[in-house]
Amino acid sequence: MITFSNIHKTYNPGKPNQVNAVNGITLDIKDQEFLVIVGSNGSGKTTLLDMVAGSVLPTSGSITIDGGDVTRLRDYQRSKWIARVFQNPLSGTASELSILDNFRLAAIRTRSKGLGIGINDTFKNQVKEKISTLGLGLENKIYQQMGTLSGGQRQALTLLMSVMDSCKVLLLDEPTAALDPRSADVVMRTADELIRDYRLTSILITHNLKDAFTYGNRIILMGEGQVKKDISADDKKNLKQADLFDWFS
Amino acid sequence: MDFYLTALLQGLCFSALALGIFISMKIFNIPDITTDGSYTLGAVVTATMITHNQHSYLVLPAVVLAGGVAGGLTGIIHTKLKINALLAGILVMTALYSVNLSIMGTSNIPLNGLPSVFTLVQISDNLNHNTFWIVIFFVLVVAAIIGYLLKSDFGLAMRATGNSESMIRALGVDTDRMKIIGLSLANALTAVSGYLISQYQGFTDISMGIGIVIAGLGSVIIAETLINWFRITSVWLSLGLVLLGAIIFQMVLAITLDIGVDPNLLKLVTAGFVLVIVSLPRLNFRRTS
Repeated sequence: MITFSNIHKTYNPGKPNQVNAVNGITLDIKDQEFLVIVGSNGSGKTTLLDMVAGSVLPTSGSITIDGGDVTRLRDYQRSKWIARVFQNPLSGTASELSILDNFRLAAIRTRSKGLGIGINDTFKNQVKEKISTLGLGLENKIYQQMGTLSGGQRQALTLLMSVMDSCKVLLLDEPTAALDPRSADVVMRTADELIRDYRLTSILITHNLKDAFTYGNRIILMGEGQVKKDISADDKKNLKQADLFDWFS
Repeated sequence: MDFYLTALLQGLCFSALALGIFISMKIFNIPDITTDGSYTLGAVVTATMITHNQHSYLVLPAVVLAGGVAGGLTGIIHTKLKINALLAGILVMTALYSVNLSIMGTSNIPLNGLPSVFTLVQISDNLNHNTFWIVIFFVLVVAAIIGYLLKSDFGLAMRATGNSESMIRALGVDTDRMKIIGLSLANALTAVSGYLISQYQGFTDISMGIGIVIAGLGSVIIAETLINWFRITSVWLSLGLVLLGAIIFQMVLAITLDIGVDPNLLKLVTAGFVLVIVSLPRLNFRRTS
């Protein structure tokens, strides 16, 4: 589904503050694979994810998604395949727009935003129905501004928004880093359900080793911009949580 | 009383400019001061075309186009060359001064006695009343177009661009393109104000745009204060308040002149007034908390 061939990313090349964030990564992520990426700060995880999304373009190497070369496509051009949940709940939703407006934009992620008015009663009911599956009681607040909700509620809604339009790849960049344990649990379980129900290919970056152990069917450890360990689905089943902690000690 | 009617008419003429500032400042979160130049540009194009006996139905499209191009340039400089929006606006505004002067060929063009948008239709014998109905119609049509636009899918994408850029890019919107379109639209509206004012006051002057951005900012800030006060989220009401803000702003200036303040101090009073409206909500806040 997603392939990386010999990807390098260097920030500020030739300057004293040059950073080699990613050093020659070759990776093949299969259809419906749920890849978990762990690694210490500065290991290149987020840069890698940003390069899948297109918000960072690689210095060299090539990237394909669904068989097509996307190396030079910008983030807004890749949205027909990719939905994204950010680390910061504020980044994934528009605070001053209502829940309904946010969902409308998400529902036309893969299409152009035309001059028609897309919000009608059918759409409102569709959104209410979707939101009620979260069980957070937000289905009666669809006219409320997104900014009035908590970080956990916003992350959960961002997840739902990702499947409002056709979606092949879901990127989760530390989606629970800013949340309390209970909200984090709701968000991770919702993500896992959606990934199964919609048969998504997904990448999760996390610092929470319990989540890394519980979710996903492949796990990689990154360090110094390279893949240090790559545990496939079968081996991940035999992996113990303690092994993961050992990686970081 | 006629004095206040004049202020009302001016307020209505300025409401297009206020809507323009509302779009650049509130919708896109971009401080755009191309305004001073594009407002004059609108007036200059109007005066030049009218004095060259162009058909009146050609004047408005030309004004909108000219303003749109000016705003689009600011947008391109800001997004593609990654130059601070304020500086981009100042650059275009400065350049426009020369452009405006070249188009006019002189620093002042009188339009008295020439046909204008306000003599197009005869609704009332009283010139002021006639102007009032025409300008009201004009403003309502403009507000309706902008209101519809903001309600459409495209408008939602515009609003999200100023609100959460990362989100709307992930949802497939080229934010650079969106900002260029937004600034283009804002300055087209500003030019329309120049078009209305020049015909209303009967002349175009090269310096008529100096400091005019404050009239738009003042109107939008009045509207914003009311929007926050009453926790308004409706697009239509917000636009209505922006129009009201433009009128209140001109009324305050009229009152200032009426009570005998030296007209030379008008800009000082304007700046002071804007400062008061900006700081009012904050002062209130401190007292209650």
